[in-house]
Amino acid sequence: MELDLAFIWAILIAFAVLAYVVLDGFDLGLGILFPFFRNDRQRDVAMNTVAPIWDGNETWLVLGGGGLFAVFPLAYAVIMPALYAPIIAMLLGLIFRGVAFEFRWKANTSKTVWDWSFTIGSFVAAFAQGIALGALVQGIDVADRAYAGGWWNWLTPFSITTGIAVVIGYTLLGATWLIVKTEGEVQQQAYEWAWMAGAGTIVMIGIVSLWTPFLNDVFMQRWLAFPAILYVAPVPLLVLAATYSLFKGLRMRRELQPFLSAMALFVMCFIGLGIGFYPYIVPHSISIWDAAGPDSSLRFLLVGASVLLPLILAYTAYSYWVFRGKIREGEGYH
Amino acid sequence: MDLPLAVDLARIQFAFTVSFHIVFPAFTIGLASYLAVLEGLWLITGRQVYIDTFKYWLKIFALSFAMGVVSGIVMSYQFGTNWSVFSDKTGPVLGPLMGYEVLSAFFLEAGFLGVMLFGMDRVGKHLHFLATLLVAFGTFFSAFWILSVNSWMQTPAGYAINEVGQFVPADWWEIVFNPSFPYRLVHMVLAAYLTTAFVVGAVGAWHLLRDKTNEIARLSFSMAMWMAVVVAPIQLFAGDLHGLNTLKHQPAKIAAMEGHFETDRGAPLLLFGWPDMEAEETRYAIGIPKLGSLILTHEWDGEVKGLKAWPKEERPYAPVLFWSFRIMVGIGMLMIAIGVWSLFWRFTGRLYEPGLIHRAAVFMGPLGFVAVLAGWITTEMGRQPYTVYGLLKTTDSVSPLAAPAVGISLAAFVVVYFLVFGAGIYFLLRLMAKPPETGEPGLPPGEPTRSTGITPTPPLRSPGEVGVVRPGE
Repeated sequence: MELDLAFIWAILIAFAVLAYVVLDGFDLGLGILFPFFRNDRQRDVAMNTVAPIWDGNETWLVLGGGGLFAVFPLAYAVIMPALYAPIIAMLLGLIFRGVAFEFRWKANTSKTVWDWSFTIGSFVAAFAQGIALGALVQGIDVADRAYAGGWWNWLTPFSITTGIAVVIGYTLLGATWLIVKTEGEVQQQAYEWAWMAGAGTIVMIGIVSLWTPFLNDVFMQRWLAFPAILYVAPVPLLVLAATYSLFKGLRMRRELQPFLSAMALFVMCFIGLGIGFYPYIVPHSISIWDAAGPDSSLRFLLVGASVLLPLILAYTAYSYWVFRGKIREGEGYH
Repeated sequence: MDLPLAVDLARIQFAFTVSFHIVFPAFTIGLASYLAVLEGLWLITGRQVYIDTFKYWLKIFALSFAMGVVSGIVMSYQFGTNWSVFSDKTGPVLGPLMGYEVLSAFFLEAGFLGVMLFGMDRVGKHLHFLATLLVAFGTFFSAFWILSVNSWMQTPAGYAINEVGQFVPADWWEIVFNPSFPYRLVHMVLAAYLTTAFVVGAVGAWHLLRDKTNEIARLSFSMAMWMAVVVAPIQLFAGDLHGLNTLKHQPAKIAAMEGHFETDRGAPLLLFGWPDMEAEETRYAIGIPKLGSLILTHEWDGEVKGLKAWPKEERPYAPVLFWSFRIMVGIGMLMIAIGVWSLFWRFTGRLYEPGLIHRAAVFMGPLGFVAVLAGWITTEMGRQPYTVYGLLKTTDSVSPLAAPAVGISLAAFVVVYFLVFGAGIYFLLRLMAKPPETGEPGLPPGEPTRSTGITPTPPLRSPGEVGVVRPGE
C-alpha cells in the first residue's frame, strides 16, 4: 500500500502546532497576567510554575516552522511573507519574554524592566499569533507560487478580532494553569481571573465562529449547508460541553478540571479550523499535496521523526510528571 | 541617493541576525566539549579543581545557551519571511536537513541539558557525565546539519530540478556529504574550539593577574594555552585544505579573497591592498612574488584565475572578502603565536607569573569571535551573487516584499538585539568577572536558570514536597 506521506505530515505538523498552542499558550498567558499579581513574591511563584517547562513548550514552535519548511516548502514560502509583520512581531516578543526567564534573576536594579519585558513580550507574541491565525483564515492571495498581496493585507477587523481572542484564550489557559500549580492567595486570584477570561474566551469563540462562515463560501459550505452540518455538529456541541465543564469546575473549586476544559476548548477550536481548511494548507488555494515536497524528502525526514517524536513526547510527559505538585512562595525548581 | 532595495535590506537583515546568532553556538559548541573534558578528568583523577572549574563554566554555559536558543528561533523563520522563493525552491533538499537539526537539537540538547545543569545530585556522577557528553554531542550534531545545509548552498550536489523549478533530492548521501561539507565542518568545529579556548584563557588570565594562586584560573589558563599550541596549527592546516577545496569549486571566491583580477602564473601573495572593483585592479598592493600560487596550487608557477575571468555581475565583492579573510587569518596567526609563547613560559616554569602574556591573553579573549565572523563573511559574501552557488541568484531568492517592510523589521531587530543581547552579554561578563572559588557553587539557588530543555530528574523528596528541587541539597 502506498502511504500518503503528505497527509501523514499534515497531521504531524498540525499536531506540532496544536501542541505549541496549548502548551506555550498557558505560559504566554501567565506572562500576560504578570502585572496583575499583588507583589514580587507572587510573581516569583508564578514564574517558577513554568520555569522548567516553558522552553520545551516553545521548541514545538521551531518544530512547526522547521517542519513546514521541510515538508511543505511552498506553503512555508507563501505564508511567511504574507504574515510578515505578525511573524516578526511574534519573534521579537518571544525574544523579550524568553530572556526574561534568565535575566530577571540575574538583575539587581533592572528586575522591573525584565518583568515588563516578560509581560509585553508575552502579550505581543500572543496577539501576533492570533492576528496571523486570522489572516490565514481569511485567505491569502497567491499567484505563480508566491504571495501576491500587499504587506498590510494581514491587518483586518477579522484578524484583530482573532488576535484579541487568542490573547484572552491564552489568559484563560494561564489562569487555569495557576489554579493547578499554586495555592492560597495566588490561587484565589487565579480563580477570579479564570472566570473573567473564561467568559471572554467563550464570547470570542462565538464571535469568530459566527464570522468565519461569512468570509468565504467554502467555510459556509462546510459549516452551514445541509447535510455537512450533521457531520460537523459534534464540534460546537463539544465546545458547549467543555464550556459547561470549565465553569462547573471553577464553581466547584476543582483544581484540574478548569485547566483541562480550557485545553479542550482550544483543541475543539483547532479541529474546527482543520475542518474549514482541509485539504488546503493555504486556504483555499494550496492543498497539502500541492505544497508537499517530493516523497523522497518526506520519507527521509519521517524516518527520523517517527523515532524521535515519540521519545520527545514521552520525555515531555515525564518532565511534567516530575515537576507536578504545587509551587509555594520562596520555592522554585532550581 | 537611491533607496535601498528589498533584497539588499533582506541580506543585511539575514547577515545581522545570523551574525548575532552564530556567536553563541560557536561558544557553546566549544564550551560543551570543554565541560565534558573537565568532568571526565574529574571522574578519572578525582581532583576537586576539575569539578570546580566545571561548575564555574557551567553557569556561563547555561546563559549563553539560552541566548543561542532565542536567537536561533528567529533563524528558523527568516528563510520563509525574507527568502520565500529560496525556501520554495530548496525546501525539498534543505528542509529535511534542517528538520533533522531541529529534532536532534530538541532531543539531545533540550533533553539532556536539564540533567546537565541541575541533575548532578540526583542522577549520580556517571549518568551525569553521560548527559554532559550527550549535550556536547548534541551541539556537534546541530552544527553537523546546519553546516551540511550551508555547504550544499556553496557546493550543491545530489539534486535534480523538477518541472516547477524546485531542487529535489536525487541522492541524500551526496546532498549531506556534498563536496565542501567535510572541510567546512572541520574548519568550523575547530574554530568553535579555539574561540572557546581563548575566552577560557582570557578569563583565566584575568583572574591570574589578580591572584596567581587561584587554582581554577590556573587550570583554565593552562588548558586554554594547550589548545592554542595544538589546535591553532591544526586549524591553519584545515583552513588551507578548505581553501584548496574552495579553489576547486568556487575559484571566483578565492580570486576575490586574494585580490587577483588578472589570471596569472606565479601569482603573488598580496599582504595589503585595496581591491577596486571599478578599476579592476588592487590598489596599493604589497605582495610576496609567487607565494600566492605556491599556497593555492602548491606549485611556484601554478595558474591562479583572476576576477576578470568572470563577467562583472558574477564577481563577489572583493574589498570585503580581501579584508575579512586577512582578519581571520591574522587572528589565527596571533593564536599560533601566543601558543608558542606560552610554551616558552611553561617550560621555564613561569606560566602563572603575572606578565605580558596574560595581558595579551585577555586581549585575545574576544578575537576568536571576530575570526569566526570574518570567516563567515568571507565564505558567504564569496558565494554572491548566488544563494545556491551557480544555480540560484540571490536576487531571484528574495520574498516579494516591499522595501519599507524589510527596512522596518531590520530596524526592529537591530534595536531589540542590541538591547537584549547587550544585557545578556553584560550578565555573561559579570559572571566571568567573578573570581572562581574552590568549592565553586553550582547554579545559584533561588533562580530557575534554565535555558532550554526539561529536567527529567526525579526529586529525592517525600511525595508531599515533590516538585521542589534544589541543587546543592
